[in-house]
Amino acid sequence: MKDFPYTEKKDTRSGFGAGLHQLGQTNPNVVALCADLIGSLKMDAFVKDFPERFFQVGIAEANMMGLAAGLTIGGKIPFTGTFANFSTGRVYDQIRQSIAYSGKNVKICASHAGVTLGEDGATHQILEDVGMMKMLPHMCVINPCDFNQTKAATLAIADYEGPVYLRFGRPVVPNFTPADQKFEIGKAVMLNEGTDVSIFATGHLVWKAILAGHLLADKGINAEIINIHTIKPLDEEAVLTSVRKTRCVVTAEEHQMNGGLGDSIAQLLARVEPLPLEMVAVNDSFGESGTPDELMEKYGLNEQAIVAAVEKVMARRK
Amino acid sequence: MSVSPSPAAATPTRSVAELKQIASQVRRDIVRMVHAVNSGHPGGSLGCTDLLVALYFKVMKHHPEPFDMNGIGQDMFFLSNGHISPVFYSVLARSGYFPVSELATFRKLNSRLQGHPATHEHLPGVRVASGSLGQGLSVAIGAAQAKKLNNDDRRVFVLMGDGELEEGQVWEAAMYAPHHKVDNLIAVVDRNGQQIDGPTDKIGGLGDLRAKFEAFGWQVLEADGNQFETLLPALDEALSLLGQGKPVMLLMDTQMGYGVDFMMGSHKWHGVAPNDEQLEKALQQLIVEEKSDY
Repeated sequence: MKDFPYTEKKDTRSGFGAGLHQLGQTNPNVVALCADLIGSLKMDAFVKDFPERFFQVGIAEANMMGLAAGLTIGGKIPFTGTFANFSTGRVYDQIRQSIAYSGKNVKICASHAGVTLGEDGATHQILEDVGMMKMLPHMCVINPCDFNQTKAATLAIADYEGPVYLRFGRPVVPNFTPADQKFEIGKAVMLNEGTDVSIFATGHLVWKAILAGHLLADKGINAEIINIHTIKPLDEEAVLTSVRKTRCVVTAEEHQMNGGLGDSIAQLLARVEPLPLEMVAVNDSFGESGTPDELMEKYGLNEQAIVAAVEKVMARRK
Repeated sequence: MSVSPSPAAATPTRSVAELKQIASQVRRDIVRMVHAVNSGHPGGSLGCTDLLVALYFKVMKHHPEPFDMNGIGQDMFFLSNGHISPVFYSVLARSGYFPVSELATFRKLNSRLQGHPATHEHLPGVRVASGSLGQGLSVAIGAAQAKKLNNDDRRVFVLMGDGELEEGQVWEAAMYAPHHKVDNLIAVVDRNGQQIDGPTDKIGGLGDLRAKFEAFGWQVLEADGNQFETLLPALDEALSLLGQGKPVMLLMDTQMGYGVDFMMGSHKWHGVAPNDEQLEKALQQLIVEEKSDY
């Protein structure tokens, strides 16, 4: 099992803020909108240095999505910023009609996704956002794993023509991917080659999968670990190549089982390569208040849960 | 006098008599389109015909061909109440965005003329999908702000229904535009007083719209939207108020179904197509000197 050294822990939302600020310097068409959460989204630097390209919308997310659609008409590349909950469920029809169906080049940037939002509780801890967004035709859905990758993803989506949902979070997590990485939309990242099981993880669960990989190695299990930062379009070739080698699969994500990464991979396997699969995800439940670590443990989203899922799926393998 | 598509669609010198002829032809298109597929929304389409004819054939500077989605250097119009697509399609076709013959495909399979306007099939002249109500004002404001960023001094127009104002997003947008000094925008409300379930004052309680929009920081005008003699001066005045730090709202009184006597003023013709006999009766009332039905 490879080591993934890191020197600091950082929040993925700060990776977004850093990427957005860099885009302000490099791409004059990039504009940003925020619904009264500049600090939470780490958009301060962009607001300070590019005030003429920043639009404070106030607590009016439906209007924000429509404004963003309109700003594309004239060649702008709008990045909207608010919590994941208010970026999706609250404004689903606005995204569906004015952005997705209309094919507008809007980047919906969503922080505080999942239970790691913590103490604010279930009203804000959306676990259904990936499902809602991936169901929209031609919507690209990305959930990077750490600061560096979120920054790289933010830069990459500015050069992609079409609507994107970029999901990130609040807590600090190990920043272990390369600072100079090239982010390829729709391309899975091989982290550890293995032969016994394929673990496909996204977002904050990527680091948990690495921790699980070490625990599994101690048990003599050689896990293949792949970071699926782009849930849609899914890198089907990478998934199928891996599962044809390992013959069993675990998926891991901070999201409902329904509609998440596991659901996408299960669909692919059922159509093309039926193999045993276990999902590490929230099982038809809302979250609650607590610290991020407490919640990840209670809702079965940590390395121990991944190890248990691996042992279960390997026992099912024929 | 011809009302065929013209490459120079908007002609500032066009007379009221000419506009009336174009409006009659557009109304003929509307009733024929909805009759042909036995579906669609004739009432609001007939009521807003004069506004769209005034904008596309006299007021707006726009280039139908080739269509530029970004509309750089052009005035732009957004239809928020997308169900009145028949009038939008007829006016777009007759001002040169696509062949008039294509109106025959309205609401049919594989058509670019969807039941509600869409960009998905790349119909020239449409810049955003609409139909789910309440979204167009936000989009128009965004497009107006993009014009400012581009140092483009042309204007943005948006039309909403009055029933549509019951959607909350409209008021989010109504608060935003004056706060951000979006003063290159003219919003028009089709105040026909009707919605699907009956009169708007019985259903939604819109109240005093002038007072409401003024309180939100808009410059508000009112006009009869079915008489060019009042509508054109109102649009001129609206244009003259731009660039003063505030958006402009035109509350336009219309009659649903205007131009066809048995459709006028009743919500019953919101979303119902005429039968064969009603179509003939309607066409007899919509007189043009030189008919150019598709």
